[in-house]
Amino acid sequence: MSKVIIALGNDISTDDIYPGRFMATVLPSETPQFAFFDRTEFNAQLKAKAFAPGSIIVGGENFGCGSSREQACSTLKGHDVAVVARSIARIFLQNSINLGLQVVICPGIEATEGDELEITADQVLNRTTGKAFDQVKLPAARKGIMDAGGLIPYTRARLMARA
Amino acid sequence: MGMTVVEKILARAAGLPSVKVGDVVEPKVDLAMSHENAALVINQFLEVFQGTGLAPKIWDPSRIAIIFDHRVPAESPKTATNQKKIRGFVAEHGITKFHDVRGDVGGICHQILPEYGYVRPGYVVVGTDSHTTSHGALGAFSFGIGATEMASVWSLGIAVNIEVPATIKVVVKGEFPPMVGPKDLILHLIGKLTAQGANYKVLEFHGETIRKMSTSGRLAICNMSVEAGATSGIVPGDAETLRYLREEAGVTEAIPCVAPDADADYCQTVEIDVSTLAPQIACPHMVDHVKPVDQVAGTKVQQIVIGSCTNGRLDDLEAAAAILRGKKVAEGTRMLVFPASSKIFAKALDKGIVHDLMKAGAVVMNSGCGPCLGVHEGALGDHEVALSTTNRNFKGRMGNPTGEVYLCSPAVAAASAITGVITDPRKG
Repeated sequence: MSKVIIALGNDISTDDIYPGRFMATVLPSETPQFAFFDRTEFNAQLKAKAFAPGSIIVGGENFGCGSSREQACSTLKGHDVAVVARSIARIFLQNSINLGLQVVICPGIEATEGDELEITADQVLNRTTGKAFDQVKLPAARKGIMDAGGLIPYTRARLMARA
Repeated sequence: MGMTVVEKILARAAGLPSVKVGDVVEPKVDLAMSHENAALVINQFLEVFQGTGLAPKIWDPSRIAIIFDHRVPAESPKTATNQKKIRGFVAEHGITKFHDVRGDVGGICHQILPEYGYVRPGYVVVGTDSHTTSHGALGAFSFGIGATEMASVWSLGIAVNIEVPATIKVVVKGEFPPMVGPKDLILHLIGKLTAQGANYKVLEFHGETIRKMSTSGRLAICNMSVEAGATSGIVPGDAETLRYLREEAGVTEAIPCVAPDADADYCQTVEIDVSTLAPQIACPHMVDHVKPVDQVAGTKVQQIVIGSCTNGRLDDLEAAAAILRGKKVAEGTRMLVFPASSKIFAKALDKGIVHDLMKAGAVVMNSGCGPCLGVHEGALGDHEVALSTTNRNFKGRMGNPTGEVYLCSPAVAAASAITGVITDPRKG
């Protein structure tokens, strides 16, 4: 079980997750400090490692919309959090799969900060409210990338197969 | 069942007789574009080759384009060092479609690609920028990807595991009223579809209004298709596409265009008549928060921005200059202009447009992304309001989380610069 550390609304943009003014920082080892930077308190909690690994950010519709900046995924992965959202914007979803950030699409999810969630193979169980919500499976086409542990090892294997 | 334009393009690029929605394909990439985030792509690309015993090799350097635009000239030693690293990589790997910080061939990636004829109808184009959707204006299937996915493209020359997207057909008819144009059309459409209404889908544009529209206008509407969540916007190549590529981009070889089949399958059809459309404004802090200008007219603005990959082309600057000529930017309002490319800047100089804008009080800056994404210049002060021809108004977008950004056409921006408040250019 994992705790919901923040419950956000619809259309959370990658500018919100990782403001543009920090885009010159690219290394996954350096991006975590800027996660949700303009949500000052939340950013401070993340940096202070106030949350257990695997803690969950809950989002509404269209989570991760906007810019293709991959820092928005590496910054969250660096804090070892997962995202459960009603829907996820295309590029953010793909970047998450490519980098191995855990994302769960859960159209009916109802959860507030502090709730305990359990992510099963096909559902998200809110242990605090006792409600269960179905997941939408990630595209089957992405399974190879996920099984390989991300797009870099996947691409490396494809490259070696050609050589 | 026939195929849409994108289905035809993907079938060709994947070497298949036909594809349908949901099929998983691995299209060959015709053009792969990055800007300063090539610094991250390079890291990921080198990591792909680690432990393989293979020397890092780009599958085809002639198909890579790298354009510096997000922070030009560099605003910090960090950016300058990223740019330096990219220059070294470009030289080492023989990348020829490289546009450095220059006053002759520099500019914003989404202007440089069409301007130099790098994009052709029927191409599969990927870019590490969400506004890569722009190049659908030339009949290409063009979409944004992340840096790691680009590293995969550089290594393999294909986009791996692409699901064939469904297509929404957008049919546009009618003649634009005075002071209303392509930007108003796309803002209206985004308001109608919502910010995720086209998520994972393609917007294919048709109708008499699109046929008559210049490539500049088509670039604006395809550019902002991503703001409705679309994977790509696309205008099937036609006579205007050929005119643009021949006359403006100097392409001499054959240019085959791809048209959809008459019985192509669309998941949805949207019809818009622009003959009664008013100037549109996207209000803070979402691009689908769209209202006709009269509903927000009178809102005080401290910063006007004209430029970006959406509206920094010659016709945009001309429209602004026509309104500002002989007038003055209001006291308490500053106006910043960013031509989309050096070529456009030079043409605007030759035509006296830059002179007109400067005489009115506008600051004309070098070509680049400027203040659009809040990384470089033109940041807002606390609680300041901007009115901008750019494409996003998310909270904090222009560098200050307490600022507000309204999005509009160049005509609205110019009329509002004179009054210092959001102004209907039809009444200005």
